[in-house]
Amino acid sequence: MRSVEVSAKTVEEAVKIALEKLNLTEDEVNIEILEHPNKGFLGFLGSKNALVRVEEKYDPLKAGQKFLEKIFSFMKLEPTINIVEEDEYTIFNLSGKDLGILIGRRGETLDSLQFLLNLVVNKNLENRVKYIIDVEGYRSRRENTLADLANRLAKKVIRTGRKVVLEPMNPQERRIIHLTLQDNKYITTYSEGEEPYRKVVIVPKKQA
Amino acid sequence: MKELVEYLAKSLVDHPEDVHVNEVEGERTIILELSVSPEDMGKVIGKQGRIAKAIRTVVKAAAAKEGKKVSVEIL
Repeated sequence: MRSVEVSAKTVEEAVKIALEKLNLTEDEVNIEILEHPNKGFLGFLGSKNALVRVEEKYDPLKAGQKFLEKIFSFMKLEPTINIVEEDEYTIFNLSGKDLGILIGRRGETLDSLQFLLNLVVNKNLENRVKYIIDVEGYRSRRENTLADLANRLAKKVIRTGRKVVLEPMNPQERRIIHLTLQDNKYITTYSEGEEPYRKVVIVPKKQA
Repeated sequence: MKELVEYLAKSLVDHPEDVHVNEVEGERTIILELSVSPEDMGKVIGKQGRIAKAIRTVVKAAAAKEGKKVSVEIL
């Protein structure tokens, strides 16, 4: 966090100078008074200036955006970042040219970037925040694809009466499969194996 | 690529001043040797190497864009 220490005749004056130096407003900073001013005897003997420390407040959203922009500059990408704040999480929606590289194989790069982003912004936070990165609606498209796949395979399990094991998926993707099929009366789903190779299994429900 | 690894590592650790990246250029691949303060090892490796894996995935994507192969080694 950027911070400055400023000494001036009064506390107000010192804070004002500090804010100008940081180019911030009062609600964007924490102010700590290190030394109170003292007029001294007859206005000169033992007079003391005020000393304040003004520190920029940590804003995870700003920090997150800066982190992503920095990484994109190293990758020579210039996506537009559109931030949508929901109750439990915030989505960083990216759009622009050549962003396929940010998605990677089955979203692997996107998941890695998102994981690192969450680590970095939560480093200094007691109340953790949750950030999701999406590239031009990739995540919602992937969600639809997985739901379709789940329904198709469920039908196959019902038709053949034999279980189907899906390929390894991350927890979020497995969750989509489980949720899609949770109300299906003829099959059940569970996961088996160890991360990162954990897979969903769809089995016919035993007839009572 | 070196700057990217350096930036990622510095963002994750508690002692950014101890982050060093050494670039060793091979014929077809670039090796980036990352060293951090011993106290920060966990911050760049993570449980079951999860953080290290994420760093490698992001750096690989950046390198692929430039048609290069990069491996990140944590010393």
